[in-house]
Amino acid sequence: MDARSSELQALLAELDASGLPEHLVARLRLELEADLEHGLPGSPPDPKYTSGIDVLHSVINDPYAFADLTFLQALSVPRENYSARIGSLDELMNRDAQREGDGFPRKIRIGRLVKPSRGGKDKVVVVPTTVEEKFIHDPNFKEEAEGGGGAGGSGDGEEGEVIGEQPVRPTEGEGEGTGPGQGDGENHEMESNAYDLGKILTEQFHLPNLKDKGKKRSLTRFTYDLTDRNRGFGQLLDKKATLRQIVKTNMALGRITGAEDLDPAKFLIAPQDKIYRILSRERDFESQAMIFFLRDYSGSMSGKPTEVVVSQHVMIYSWLMYQYAEQVESRFILHDTEAKEVPDFYTYYNSRVAGGTKVAAAFKMVNEIVEKENLAQDYNIYVFHGTDGDDWDSDGKECLPEIEKMLGYSSRVGVTIAENSYGTSGNTEVEKYLKDSGLLENKKNLIRLDVMSESAAEPRIIEGIKHLIGE
Amino acid sequence: MELIDQHTKSIMEGCKERARDAGLRFDDESLEYVVTNRDMLELSPKVMIPTMYDFWVHDVEVLKGKGRYELYPSNPFETVINTRPAISFYNDNNPDWLNVMIFYHVLGHIDFFQNNLYFRHTWDDDFTGRALADKRAIAQLRSEKGRWLDYVIEFARAIDNLVDYHGLLSRMHRQEDSGTSSRLDFYFDVFLQDQKKVRISEYVQEIERYNKMVAEHGDQAEAPFFKEVVGKHPEFEALFEKLGKAKSVRGNDVMQFLLDHSGFLNSEENRWMKSVLQIVRQTSLYFQPQIRTKIMNEGWASYWHETLFMRDDRICGHEVDFARVNAAVTAMPRVGLNPYALGMRMFYFIEEAANKGRFSREFLSLLDTDQRKKFDQGTGSGQEYIFRVRENLNDFLFVQNFLEQDFVDRHRLFVAGKHLDEQRMVWQWYVKSRSADDYRQMVKDQLYHPPHITIDLDKTGDDKLYMVHNFEGQPLVQDFIHNTMLGLEYLWGDKVMLETTEVKSIKTPDNQQPSLPGMGPQALDDAAKPEIEWQRVRYTMKDKKLSKGVI
Repeated sequence: MDARSSELQALLAELDASGLPEHLVARLRLELEADLEHGLPGSPPDPKYTSGIDVLHSVINDPYAFADLTFLQALSVPRENYSARIGSLDELMNRDAQREGDGFPRKIRIGRLVKPSRGGKDKVVVVPTTVEEKFIHDPNFKEEAEGGGGAGGSGDGEEGEVIGEQPVRPTEGEGEGTGPGQGDGENHEMESNAYDLGKILTEQFHLPNLKDKGKKRSLTRFTYDLTDRNRGFGQLLDKKATLRQIVKTNMALGRITGAEDLDPAKFLIAPQDKIYRILSRERDFESQAMIFFLRDYSGSMSGKPTEVVVSQHVMIYSWLMYQYAEQVESRFILHDTEAKEVPDFYTYYNSRVAGGTKVAAAFKMVNEIVEKENLAQDYNIYVFHGTDGDDWDSDGKECLPEIEKMLGYSSRVGVTIAENSYGTSGNTEVEKYLKDSGLLENKKNLIRLDVMSESAAEPRIIEGIKHLIGE
Repeated sequence: MELIDQHTKSIMEGCKERARDAGLRFDDESLEYVVTNRDMLELSPKVMIPTMYDFWVHDVEVLKGKGRYELYPSNPFETVINTRPAISFYNDNNPDWLNVMIFYHVLGHIDFFQNNLYFRHTWDDDFTGRALADKRAIAQLRSEKGRWLDYVIEFARAIDNLVDYHGLLSRMHRQEDSGTSSRLDFYFDVFLQDQKKVRISEYVQEIERYNKMVAEHGDQAEAPFFKEVVGKHPEFEALFEKLGKAKSVRGNDVMQFLLDHSGFLNSEENRWMKSVLQIVRQTSLYFQPQIRTKIMNEGWASYWHETLFMRDDRICGHEVDFARVNAAVTAMPRVGLNPYALGMRMFYFIEEAANKGRFSREFLSLLDTDQRKKFDQGTGSGQEYIFRVRENLNDFLFVQNFLEQDFVDRHRLFVAGKHLDEQRMVWQWYVKSRSADDYRQMVKDQLYHPPHITIDLDKTGDDKLYMVHNFEGQPLVQDFIHNTMLGLEYLWGDKVMLETTEVKSIKTPDNQQPSLPGMGPQALDDAAKPEIEWQRVRYTMKDKKLSKGVI
């Protein structure tokens, strides 16, 4: 047992001694001792397979998922940058907005949301999806009601014998529910940055616009740099972009038919194909908003609650990026019983650990950072905290003072509780002590609480954001 | 898209000759195209019909995974298109021997399309040609009506699974003139069945009585027959006057009913919408048989590509290559359901059984396992038998009739169950049952089955459309009800109601362990199935507002 976990054990023993109800202690102990993970889709933990038992990477029990082209002829399913097909996301969203004007509900949903990468800018992946509603039988019903749907099988094995193990979360590239040879989900993605997503959220989902964007200081400076691109003339030839343009032109002219018989010597080159860098005036921004993202990454957050919280935080982040015209800085803090700051969204998104929960630690850390770096003077400060509502500090006597202190300088504190399915709704510690404190009523425009179930879908999450950041 | 070259085409023609000699029957002409990645990009959203009409949803990602094929009963990656002449698509770098195998597979499909009776309504059509005409009609309307056209397509597609495909087939297969009067048809088809809801025995009694009359009176039988009917049911004549004359309207085909009776669609300015509905309806009917014969169709094609390839004299030296590809396609998966593998094995099994005369009373009455194993009458009618099977059955009947214990035992099939090991985040698959009944049920559960929703003609009036979902143990997807009914209200022009069954409460058996943080509910034992209480509810869509009441 390492030092840290024995420390936690000691803390638990202390709590136990303080007369906490039996069942609560048992649950806390389980949280500490159970071997839990919080993998998110995209970075699943590799399960420990039993040796000697087949590993089944995908089980396809749907006869209709098979088709001759992909199965018999082994044709790979083409992937395309789907913006080639629909003009742009804007066009799609405009059409959707028009629907509302015509009196029909919207149909486009923004699919998967973030593809964090270490270091560089966090890429947001927008997958517009829709569904054509019909009267159909509920395919989930049988499975839910009857305790697991059966599949076909063949070969050896006595009745009752375990014959294979399948990871619950498919590893990258192994789609679920699609046919053989048909890749999953990766196609039709559209990458854009957080700013664009914020724009979509604001315009299409009517997230509120910030009325007062802070302290109205003039923050714009200008610098001159060779950053703009220009076709035809300029200071510096951008060879890569030029070549790309030439290929595009020649494709449009029908001079390139395939990759095999490519002869660059035969390319037609128009003067307009040459792309130059040109000296231009750049606005140089100073950040105006500071967002703290706090996430509970304790044992009980395993799985869906983490997904919900992270999705919501991505959207909030995007929305503030848009609202502040990218003048946003963000800080990421993870906590279990202790808090730690992590450098980027990637780590924030992907970290997993098992441990207890002390919400106060995170808030305390924010207060310290703000004080030490004197942030309150220069920034509008937003704090968003995501948790499943468990807190070892069950009446909030450590947490509430920290929150009150925070309300002194922040523009908005938003607490999201993604309730675990095992508890009764509206009964989590964090929710209870926040409500009892009266802060939600008295400082309504400074602190907001959003409680949803861990299986909340995208529309609900967006609804939650409206509540957290709305006037 | 390019046609295959002459050399490859000659291979195809050679395949056709050999396939014909083996007994397959199909049209002389067929078109084979090479598809590139770029073609696939264009074709797959249009389910490989190059001339499919344009619709924006084709350009957006749609629902995947479970339920996908209930919404879209067509696979965007099929090789053969059922049209006249049949079209098929090929990878451009297949070696010749592989093409031989694929050609036989394709010919198996074409034979199936052109002989299986569930495709009867597609036999006289060049579907791609018709689709082209439809595409042009839609494009023309779009230029006139703008986005409203897309709304109508959307709403029409929302009900394109309620088209009474079986009714269409039954009308096509019924003899044109059965020699009975409309009065007689009405009495037996509508009055006794729908109005009186008599028991089968009473129904048969009436038919016997009629036959006796015919024996006694010949052509004049109807008068004395109906004399007694009117004596028994004085209301019959009045009902016949009222309902019988109206060409026996039936509410099985929701889409057709809207076309015929919607005041909104039939008003002068909205008449154009009817052609859109027709197009969507016809397209849906075209795809219906394909999804209902997937296991048979792939099984049949696999049976023939294997049989004919091995006989083909042109491919000597490629037996091993073939074996590798063929095994990959037709192997039974350890866990999962492969229609190629299952269907093919079933055809072999049926052929063998028929060869030994096992579809006979003598065999069925045998109980001794050993004797069953040895039973062989040497009738040798296996081939003929499987040709009859491919002509007359669909997946449901195929599985229902032929997936028997002997078959399950021979191929060591089982139903696999899974439970979640949440500690290690794996599903554990285990052998759940080796009984043929369970396996058959498992396969049937996978088959396409749209809900049976009909129109209640008594409750439907000028002001409202009243639909009834005939409940079969599975509720509808609740999230979809609102938007589907919204479209229906638009197309009907007034209030729309739907009666359906929903879960009132589920009682989970009380075997829950104390709940653990971060852990889901415990896997249920098979013995402890949850008890479900159902209730009948009625949805009403009026002025774009959905309300629900318990009946």
